[in-house]
Amino acid sequence: MATPNAGSATQQPAVEATPIGQRLAALLSSGFTFLILAALCLVFAVLQGAKFANPNNAQNIAIDASQLLLLTVGVTFVIVTAGVDLSVGSVLIFSAVVAAKVMVRFAGSAEEVRAYEFPNQEVAIPLGLAAGVLAGTAWGLLNGVLITKLKMPSFIVTLGTLGMALGAAQLLSNGTTIPNVPQDVQLKLGLRELVGFDVGDYRIRLTPPVLVATIVVVLAALALGRTRFGRYTYAIGSNAAAARRVGINVDRHLIKVYGLSGLLAGVAGGFDLLRFGTASVGSHQADNLAAISAAVIGGTSLFGGLGTIGGSVIGAFIPAVLRNGLVISGVAPFWQQVAIGAILILAVYLDQRRRRAEERM
Amino acid sequence: MDGTRDDPEPVLQAVGIDKYFGPVRALTNVHFAARAGEIVALIGDNGAGKSTLINVLTGVLPHDGGEIVFDGRPVRLSSPQEARALGIETVYQDLAIAPHLDAVANIFLGRELRLPGPLGALGFLDRRRMLKETEEQLGRLRVRVPGLGRRMTTLSGGQRQGVAVARAVMWASKVVIMDEPTAAFGVAQTGQVLDLMRQVRDTGIPVVFISHNMPHVFEVADRIVVLRLGEIVEELDPKSASIDDAVRAMTGSTRFTGVGIKAEFVARTGEGRSVGNA
Repeated sequence: MATPNAGSATQQPAVEATPIGQRLAALLSSGFTFLILAALCLVFAVLQGAKFANPNNAQNIAIDASQLLLLTVGVTFVIVTAGVDLSVGSVLIFSAVVAAKVMVRFAGSAEEVRAYEFPNQEVAIPLGLAAGVLAGTAWGLLNGVLITKLKMPSFIVTLGTLGMALGAAQLLSNGTTIPNVPQDVQLKLGLRELVGFDVGDYRIRLTPPVLVATIVVVLAALALGRTRFGRYTYAIGSNAAAARRVGINVDRHLIKVYGLSGLLAGVAGGFDLLRFGTASVGSHQADNLAAISAAVIGGTSLFGGLGTIGGSVIGAFIPAVLRNGLVISGVAPFWQQVAIGAILILAVYLDQRRRRAEERM
Repeated sequence: MDGTRDDPEPVLQAVGIDKYFGPVRALTNVHFAARAGEIVALIGDNGAGKSTLINVLTGVLPHDGGEIVFDGRPVRLSSPQEARALGIETVYQDLAIAPHLDAVANIFLGRELRLPGPLGALGFLDRRRMLKETEEQLGRLRVRVPGLGRRMTTLSGGQRQGVAVARAVMWASKVVIMDEPTAAFGVAQTGQVLDLMRQVRDTGIPVVFISHNMPHVFEVADRIVVLRLGEIVEELDPKSASIDDAVRAMTGSTRFTGVGIKAEFVARTGEGRSVGNA
């Protein structure tokens, strides 16, 4: 065989057969977004010194990014299949509302809850979080079933469920923040210090949201990069007809992928309760576009077949770092949205150029 | 016409196949056989029913009359997966590869090898073993694919086709069907594909070769079956028949004097020009 280095058994086979040029190009383009992230950190660190560059602030950024991270991971799988999921922000809100309602309902009698007493909260809190995840998964599965069985474009179906999930969340909550949620979901669970250690004057604490987000990212990266599930995800996005011809059950796989996106939106909904102790229908309405932007900045192609979890993680951290750094710098944080828009356009432009160069080889 | 010589038992056989699309009769009482150790070419003008016959034989389309006999037993093929499970592989005209995946991933698409043990149960792929088996098989077939780990988008059209052909050949344990496999090829690559077909035949696996390109057909086929308007009209021996004979049979214009000119035209320009979606 003409494969270079075919004899060395220590390297990854797939990488082994890749020519240097393509590896460099891939490195440059995935490196580009990483360079932006690194440059942002550097600029804020230089301008703001220890106000930005301290362990506590790094932790704040991680907590702030964790929710978007979950949505971005789910949306990455969907976009790699050449679909899109516009509903994740609304599904997040719906899941959070369901989780909050279930907690309130089961934490104690109506009188007790109104008096901020939650005798059954040990049961009600996990039950509520599980209900939120289930609700999110149900929306995701509904998306998948409608897209595959009615043969509808994912853009239209998820635009529809975006409205439906948001409306349903508002109906459930009467359009307001759910009152009388057991505070321990935030104080004892969301802010719980699982692992803590001191770095100089700072205390670094690993909290459940960050731990959950980390586990999700690692599992998702393995699933997309190393398993048959991931291979089918790429294959369907690359050429769905070819995937069908080799016997892959494309519909079933797509339903799973949209279900996964909904499930992760449900988990992100639970994070609202963990972080803020309540579910509000007012925020997160632009989270869908933030997640799609993050995935695309991270190198996921809207045409399908391309994308990595690592890239999406970087893409999700860029807005978090920007927002944090701008606030610390005393600049209006709205600039974050302006900057993300510009980075999105630039990232896709560079990616297109790279891909054209690669195809000419 | 349906194989009366002392040939080995057909591996795959169409016996009196009829196929209708609504009121339109696409195939009429078609008898066709592929035997071990032969390359049988299936030729015909656009709309003659070549693709319909192939689709029936590979489980893509149901048929209305007659039966498919595989290894001496009648079979019902209700999906392409069932045909593949029997060892019948097809190279499609449009290749059916995933361009963002590499050659190994494409070759193993839908039949991925998983790691042994619990990781495999979780769906983890054994990429090392898939690469190794691909290298071995391609080496055995003397197919050269540069950069097995490269995305297919970075390969030339001919190289992509090479992967598609290699995939079919690698998995076909009984029959290989090639629908216009040389249509996108230059001279050198066409030679490779024709060689590959001979190698497959020599391992005892019959090759069904659908092509518009008469020189390619006459170069490689052991037997030529001509379809016209949904019927088998003639079976030719490429050693004794001429391209003129084949074109006459395809067009049915036996008595026209201009046939020789047309035959030459098709022979010279056959590749690409008259490739259709029959």
